[in-house]
Amino acid sequence: MKYNITIIGAGIIGSSIAYCLSKYDCSILVVDKENDIANEVSMANSAIVHAGHDPEDGTLKALLNVEGNRMYPQLCEDIGARIRHVGAYTVMTSPEQQATMDALIKRAEERNIPYEVLTAEEARKEEPNLADDVIKVLSLPSTAIIIPWEVALKQMQVAVLNGTEVKLNCEVKAIRKNENGYVLETSQGEIETEYVINCAGLYADRIANMIAPLDIHTNPRRGEYFVLSHDAKDFVHHIVYPIPTDKGKGILAVPTVDENILLGPNAEETGSCEAINTTSSGLGYIRQELARSVKNVPFHHTIRTFAGLRPSISTKDFYIKKAEGEENFLNLLGIDSPGIASAPAIARYVDDLLKLPYEVKASYETKNPYRFNFQDLTPEEKDAYIKEHPAYGNIVCRCEQISEGEIIQSIHEVLGAHSIKSVKKRVRPGMGKCQGGFCQPLVLEILARELKVRPEDVLYDQIGSNVVLDWKGGNGNA
Amino acid sequence: MRKVQCVIIGGGSAGLAAAVELKKNGIDDLLILEKGPEPGGILNQCIHNGFGLHEFKEELSGPAYAERFADQAKELGIPIECNTTVTAFYPDKTIEVSNSSGYEIIQAEAVVLAMGCQERTAGQIQIPGMRPQGVYTAGTAQRYVNIDGYSIGKRVFILGSGDIGLIMARRMTLEGAKVLGIAELMPYSNGLQRNIVQCLKDYGIPLYLSHTVTNIEGFPRLNKVTITEVDANRRPIPGTEKVFEVDTLLLSVGLVPDNTLTVEAGIQLDPRTRGVEVNEYCESPMPGVFAAGNVLHVHDLVDYVTAEGRKAGRGAAKYLKGELKERGGFPTKAGNGVGYVLPQRVDYPKEDPTVEFSFRVRTPYKNAKIVVRDGDTVLKEIKKPALLPAEMEKVILPNNVLANIRNELTIEVKEAE
Repeated sequence: MKYNITIIGAGIIGSSIAYCLSKYDCSILVVDKENDIANEVSMANSAIVHAGHDPEDGTLKALLNVEGNRMYPQLCEDIGARIRHVGAYTVMTSPEQQATMDALIKRAEERNIPYEVLTAEEARKEEPNLADDVIKVLSLPSTAIIIPWEVALKQMQVAVLNGTEVKLNCEVKAIRKNENGYVLETSQGEIETEYVINCAGLYADRIANMIAPLDIHTNPRRGEYFVLSHDAKDFVHHIVYPIPTDKGKGILAVPTVDENILLGPNAEETGSCEAINTTSSGLGYIRQELARSVKNVPFHHTIRTFAGLRPSISTKDFYIKKAEGEENFLNLLGIDSPGIASAPAIARYVDDLLKLPYEVKASYETKNPYRFNFQDLTPEEKDAYIKEHPAYGNIVCRCEQISEGEIIQSIHEVLGAHSIKSVKKRVRPGMGKCQGGFCQPLVLEILARELKVRPEDVLYDQIGSNVVLDWKGGNGNA
Repeated sequence: MRKVQCVIIGGGSAGLAAAVELKKNGIDDLLILEKGPEPGGILNQCIHNGFGLHEFKEELSGPAYAERFADQAKELGIPIECNTTVTAFYPDKTIEVSNSSGYEIIQAEAVVLAMGCQERTAGQIQIPGMRPQGVYTAGTAQRYVNIDGYSIGKRVFILGSGDIGLIMARRMTLEGAKVLGIAELMPYSNGLQRNIVQCLKDYGIPLYLSHTVTNIEGFPRLNKVTITEVDANRRPIPGTEKVFEVDTLLLSVGLVPDNTLTVEAGIQLDPRTRGVEVNEYCESPMPGVFAAGNVLHVHDLVDYVTAEGRKAGRGAAKYLKGELKERGGFPTKAGNGVGYVLPQRVDYPKEDPTVEFSFRVRTPYKNAKIVVRDGDTVLKEIKKPALLPAEMEKVILPNNVLANIRNELTIEVKEAE
């Protein structure tokens, strides 16, 4: 198999790059070791498009965050992804934080980022659950939330419609050079490619070292989170967090696109790319630290806890450079916060940096054609649609009210759902209060039927995560 | 818009009993809405026996018990729309309904809420560790095994000694799996005594009281759980860890009434039961809206669910006939040692010859007595050799007593002298 460009990693960065480069008249392959798009770092994070006032002057983070934030509204419109400009409230709780506050304001001013300083009283009108000792709030209305895996998937779908190929469950094991460029030795055989773009997230340092030794290491930093049910949706309406310290942005309270509340993350270096376990100490720390910025936290509405890893590096800035002595091998390391906010700008930066020798195609897609969302219909429109498409009337997930029709739709799109979790990421069955208790068996049945596989071959997520173990002849086949 | 006198949301044991009772009380314009493919609700996956000892004086399986009521409803000509989900419920008693023939709005005069309950999940109880495949709530596991006919694991540990957990310990054993034990956070089991004997002791499955799961390992499939003993404040005691190599962890850590629709309609919940507050006819504070079964409070026996469904059905019929008008009675109160008392109010103390009160104790008691008071006046004392949180207790009071209650009716437990 030969390609002009191979992108390693199908997270939000790989997807954004594929979306951007798929305009060129060349062959592009995206490989990922996971069983779905955006399945690791891009799946477990705070989902925030930061305004861009936080990164220090002169950093790539500052440059790309500000630009990315400005690109997002148009991007989301083009790809049909949802974005909510909820705004951020950075809260100050002691006079000693004034200097940091001033520095943030100065940066916002210089970078043309809209902001407003609110008194505690003004802020409390909007957010009654702000902690009692909040004395001042920096409001940043251009801060938004997205669903990172949705933004990744919808960009990648457009890339695929433009001719990009995606190979999942394809792990790069080694890389060697040949006369035309590089040969990737993968779990699915050898891939020849002229260009390599390494955006492998947690594993980007390992991939980089396969071609030229690099003195930068990824130190996975774990962040744990609580997810609260829709019953808690009015707890906060802005992203609320304390004035940042050396340790990071502090513990956030985030209203999500789908009207849940996300609380977290802590930050802990784990030294392992697999340590996505939650801990009592980590969750306890979040409970304790949240009190700095908010009160009356409705923890009793918790429906899930999870942990994600950030692909942090010691220099603390994004590292986007060609490998030593290699014109056509680009490494992207340390894409942690504000990586999501920066993703579209990173893709543009990569495009500029590579100066690819390919022509832009005479015609290519920038818009995602999958726009139909049954949930947006009025009751009358739903009735009419169900009469034509009965599966949309059959509710599979009661908590999130997801119909069989929507699940089938997600399975048959480009890069369609093919596991319980990939269905959940695309259309949400299992994201509600019962966490799939009622709907998972139904989703399993639909997947088996639509994909024409045995139910015991249906995976929850990765290879080896089969949901049911063996078929003993229920459902009339006894 | 379709108009129906009384809509019953949920065709499980509570909904079926309510509908039958409505019909028997002269209400013909009824409709049961059931999300599943057939009536019976969760009973359909409870293939073990033990249902109906009170109702029928015999031990039926869950499906057999459900069938008796489904047959009655059928004989009475009560319409049931299956594979039909209620997606919204509004204070004006309009109901949005979705099924494969369309999306419809129904206007009801009275509504019986009978949506049942949900299981508490791993996320809700925040077990630390990985989130691998192989961790199920006991009810979901029961469905996979009993309805769909799949095997879900070979080596199993169970957290929580609720009844479904106990039943599944036996079920998984009979399916050829090895059940290594059950951990229970409390120093006593939350399941029925008969289930502890018949599901654990008979199969030699150890029950670890005052233990909880403190770590889950393995990815993508579960391969290890760690349990740890807890102190009197339910905090894990370091050094008491035990590790079990298992591929499956079942959770039987409590049930929560499924009141998403109720809350959306603006009806507040009682934080103790997590169901609506009701009077003796199972009527919520919103006139014409009734609730029965596990959506009201979590029951131990289905027979009691049926009885409560009947009560709600009779109440809804009275409401529709204009017989429930002037509310004026007294509230009830959970006193010392009691978790909650149902109904939370008595609104029509003279209407019926008796009113039945249900409650659960917070902790186990031996040689205790139940005391029923009106303010400081003791109305009734009942000696009990044993009281368990797992088992619902009942007190019945006649209307000549109820008519004279001045303050609030308090039910409490006292250690016998």
